[in-house]
Amino acid sequence: MSRYGRLTPSLALLPFLGYLVVFLLIPTITVVVGAFQEDGAFSFVNIEALFSDTALRALWKSVLLSGSTAVVGAVLGALLSYLVVTSPPTSVLRRAVTSVCSVLAQFGGVTLAFAFIAALGFSGVITEALRSSVGLDIYGSWLFGVPGLILVYTYFQIPLMVIVFLPALEGLRPQWREAAVSIGATTWQYWTQIAIPMLRPAFLGAMLLLFANAFAAYATAAALVSQGNPILPLLIRSALTSEIVLGRHNLAFALAFEMIIVVAVVMTAYALVVRRTSRWLR
Amino acid sequence: MRTSPTWRITRVVLLVLFGVFFVIPMLAMLDFSTRDVGGGRTWQAWANLVEDPTLSAAIIRSLLLAVLTVAGMLVLLVPTMVWVRLRVPQARRLIEFLCLLPLTIPALVIVVGMRNVYAWVNYLVSDSALTLTFVYVVLVLPYAYRAIDSSLSSIDAVTLAEAARSLGAGWFTVIVRIVVPNIRSGVLAAAFISVALVLGEYTIASLSHYDTLQVVIALLGKSAATTSVAASLATLLFASALLILLSFVNRARRDVEGS
Repeated sequence: MSRYGRLTPSLALLPFLGYLVVFLLIPTITVVVGAFQEDGAFSFVNIEALFSDTALRALWKSVLLSGSTAVVGAVLGALLSYLVVTSPPTSVLRRAVTSVCSVLAQFGGVTLAFAFIAALGFSGVITEALRSSVGLDIYGSWLFGVPGLILVYTYFQIPLMVIVFLPALEGLRPQWREAAVSIGATTWQYWTQIAIPMLRPAFLGAMLLLFANAFAAYATAAALVSQGNPILPLLIRSALTSEIVLGRHNLAFALAFEMIIVVAVVMTAYALVVRRTSRWLR
Repeated sequence: MRTSPTWRITRVVLLVLFGVFFVIPMLAMLDFSTRDVGGGRTWQAWANLVEDPTLSAAIIRSLLLAVLTVAGMLVLLVPTMVWVRLRVPQARRLIEFLCLLPLTIPALVIVVGMRNVYAWVNYLVSDSALTLTFVYVVLVLPYAYRAIDSSLSSIDAVTLAEAARSLGAGWFTVIVRIVVPNIRSGVLAAAFISVALVLGEYTIASLSHYDTLQVVIALLGKSAATTSVAASLATLLFASALLILLSFVNRARRDVEGS
């Protein structure tokens, strides 16, 4: 077959590739190029602005929020996965938990912010119940700042952990435990010397995924936070909508570029860890 | 394995605690959205879903967006994926990489960078909220790709296509009438998850100033809190129904393949 004849089938992929170039790659490249420009000329001022107090504080709060909810979400999610995996695969509990988790992990956003305002807001259900029963008023501005975000993000991080970590736990074969017990291992030894070392890469990988998930999340924070722009996604919003923040036109690009870098580093680490995991757990 | 009474009790207690943590915000929404000003119950906030013109317009707009996104995703992705299987298998890794890329590039980044592209879209197509379809198709790609890929892997597409070709079918017939009917469950799953994602999308819509359902819900939160909570809960329940239906579709498929 001629060279032309071999290439013809590939041409049918052009519409797909063209579409992704226009609606995914060009926006991404715009961000990267825009981060190094100001008023149409090459410049480092926007990158320098990333190291201003405001931008660094937002980055730090974002890392704090993503890190803490990744750790809490991973630990609690792993615990919930274990509780679920010890029941038979066909049980109602297992089906219910996996279905509910798949909904909650993907469908957060504005809804979650309102759910927590309905529960813990000024006239929220829990707030009023505690106020009338024990006279304790838990309402405060904490709900609309980083502490509130940590609580609300945990609500979607735990389900995501269950979805990601459950297959790894299912891969832990009962035969390994039987083998360990038959040569005299105690339950403690089985967990510390076999199960935990085997699950560690899967656990760490899932934690990285949770971190990236929280770091890039926007909707919940946008709907919940009432004052200021404590975290990176909200700083991007204000840079995008008010045009000039910190006196820079292209700051939104630089902040978005910063987000790409962080998420890309975390996701690459995730891919490397997962490659190691898949060697063991099939 | 471990069946000591202490463990069994601990397990139940822990499961109940998890249950309480996940159920309370949902119940709070239900309670909040049915509260009446003078005490007692009212369903007025729920009635507003159809009575409030801004809200019902946004619901219709978002549903239309969901339908258009599903259509766009199917037209773009299904023929490409089938074609890659049949004729250009060496491009499979590339297509997979591109489809999963939106997981690594946050929606927030896309919306920051898409102003130039959308200036052209608004100029060439129109300046309507429905143009969000273009970027939503990209957003749902990773999930749609996984659903269709697992379905496509479970059939022998190459043999099916060869059989059809030897009987004189053209490529269009092969894809539309031979392969697609065999990956119906994967296509259905991709469609469901796309609808759920589009109905929940807020980031891109709000930052490009289009009044989709989530944007209107967030706006109503300031003026009509009970209505916005009712609308939030309704969307969540609708998306849950879709995704739970999806798990049944998947299970039915697994049962068929297992037998």
